[in-house]
Amino acid sequence: MISVTGIGKEGGFMNIAHVLARKGGHVFTIQPRRTVREALEALARHNVGALVVVDEENRPVGILSERDIVRAAVRDERLFDRAVEELMTRDVITGSPEDDLRAVAHTMTERRIRHLPVVAAGRLVGIVSIGDVVKAQRDEYLGEVETLQMQIGEGRV
Amino acid sequence: MRPGSDAFPLRVAIIGAGPTGFYAAEHLLGQPAVVASVDLFDRLPTPYGLVRYGVAPDHQKIKSVTAVYDRTAAHPRFRFFGNVEFGRHVGLEELRAHYHQILFCTGAQTDRRLNIPGEDLPGSYPATEFVAWYNGHPDYVHCRFDLSAQAAAVVGVGNVAVDVTRVLLRSPEELARTDIADYALEALRESRVREVYLLGRRGPAQAAFTNPEIRELADLPGADVTALPEEVALDEVSRAELDRTQDRTTMRKVEILQELAARRPSGRPRRLVVRFLVSPVALLAGDGRVARMRLVRNRLEATPAGTLVARPTDRFEELTVGLVFRSVGYRGVPLPGVPFNEDWGVILNERGRVLDPGNREPIPGLYTAGWIKRGPTGVIGTNKPDAAETVAHMLEDAAAGRTLSPPEPDPAAAEALVRERQPAYFSWADWQRLNELEVQRGRAAGRPRVKFTSVEEMLAALGR
Repeated sequence: MISVTGIGKEGGFMNIAHVLARKGGHVFTIQPRRTVREALEALARHNVGALVVVDEENRPVGILSERDIVRAAVRDERLFDRAVEELMTRDVITGSPEDDLRAVAHTMTERRIRHLPVVAAGRLVGIVSIGDVVKAQRDEYLGEVETLQMQIGEGRV
Repeated sequence: MRPGSDAFPLRVAIIGAGPTGFYAAEHLLGQPAVVASVDLFDRLPTPYGLVRYGVAPDHQKIKSVTAVYDRTAAHPRFRFFGNVEFGRHVGLEELRAHYHQILFCTGAQTDRRLNIPGEDLPGSYPATEFVAWYNGHPDYVHCRFDLSAQAAAVVGVGNVAVDVTRVLLRSPEELARTDIADYALEALRESRVREVYLLGRRGPAQAAFTNPEIRELADLPGADVTALPEEVALDEVSRAELDRTQDRTTMRKVEILQELAARRPSGRPRRLVVRFLVSPVALLAGDGRVARMRLVRNRLEATPAGTLVARPTDRFEELTVGLVFRSVGYRGVPLPGVPFNEDWGVILNERGRVLDPGNREPIPGLYTAGWIKRGPTGVIGTNKPDAAETVAHMLEDAAAGRTLSPPEPDPAAAEALVRERQPAYFSWADWQRLNELEVQRGRAAGRPRVKFTSVEEMLAALGR
């Protein structure tokens, strides 16, 4: 079978699944009883800004971001041996693969969320950063501009 | 020695000659500091992928993007190997013996299913099969669509659904001016379809079609287009979202649909009803084929991340339709020997680098771009930044010496392999001759072209 393209959006708007599809499925997680030192090592090693904190069944119970650690470090210089669960943000907003990119961009901007863990059927399937969202939106707009320019004869034809 | 010089070019095989394959070739061949040489493979003798076999025949202007691809093809270090299928004529190990890098741009080739009872009854078809058939795709020439029903339903409100709806509602005279396949034109001449329902599971503000697309439907000379006032009225959650986002394009879309709902029928021979907030739950048979569709009414609900999704209510209705086209999304198909990500229906990759499923590390020399990398989304041009991202990683890896080390990088050796495996391969010159013949046949009939629709016909046309 074959699918189709055109100036319109094919299957629908770009959604979170499309963003995760090219991220290789990496989700960096940590368990709540691990130390902040271990969390920092993981953040540095994987070059990411946040870890999803998961229970034994890999269900997200919180998120620990660089920002959480910075905030805590101001009050407590000896935070390295504390447990992740003491610092993590507990009320995590999660996304689903079907969430529209546009809606997610709004939610993340308005609620100042930098990382959105994505859950499908109760399972953590990925994490989307605000950088991922911005890049996907940029590619979407670039593509539309490219297509429209071509159609009004400004393409380098 | 690192490839990328005049004496030792970076040899790249691209699998799939659709828009993404051409954009990737353009980026690779346009590098000032790296000399690349590109062989573009396609399993069909003809290039352009979905621009030829997907874009609707009454959208010739969109098809004119091929002029951009032709410029790339004119590059002296570009070759086309059409009618050569990856995994059948050439395999991964053979490509590894001839190329430094291999890039997969094979698109999303299967339909998502509705997963409802009766989905496979006669009279229910994937919309994309119909699209490939009316566009003369060699694999679909032998499909048969029973167009004897009075009423049809098209499930989905994306671009494909809109294309199929338009083709069903156009008069034979309008279609005869396009490059639609001859057999499809004949079949559509006999079509008895007079009424089409276009079904969206969410509301008017969430419909994926663009404003120009819905206007084009509204302006069809042979069809009255309408919608139900209660379905195009904004519900509370959609209104709140529009107030928040101030998205003018979507506001205009809702206005257009509300104008359609207020229209009086003008007695045109065909009719389109655009429906919202409904999902099919079963196709019901009569005389062994689709006779009715059972629908559930939906309401919208916001997810925690802010998307408005459809949730079924306990209200149902039935439509009398004898023909159903399903268009609710697509999925990529795994390629032999290439890791696949089942979650998303794409090649397992990180920003275009194909990953080893074991350790999630990049596999040297293997890359992907386009719909088989990110899933089916965006317009044709979206594949250009997508291809650029992958090519940037290919060049970064090449500069770092992370390429394959093919024992036979000579372009002549690759051509010899292709010739041996598929003597009936098509070069770019072959395609250009075929193209001229198609355009010539079209000129006589006042059409953009008359397509050759089988590989045998194409070979015969070139005297092979």
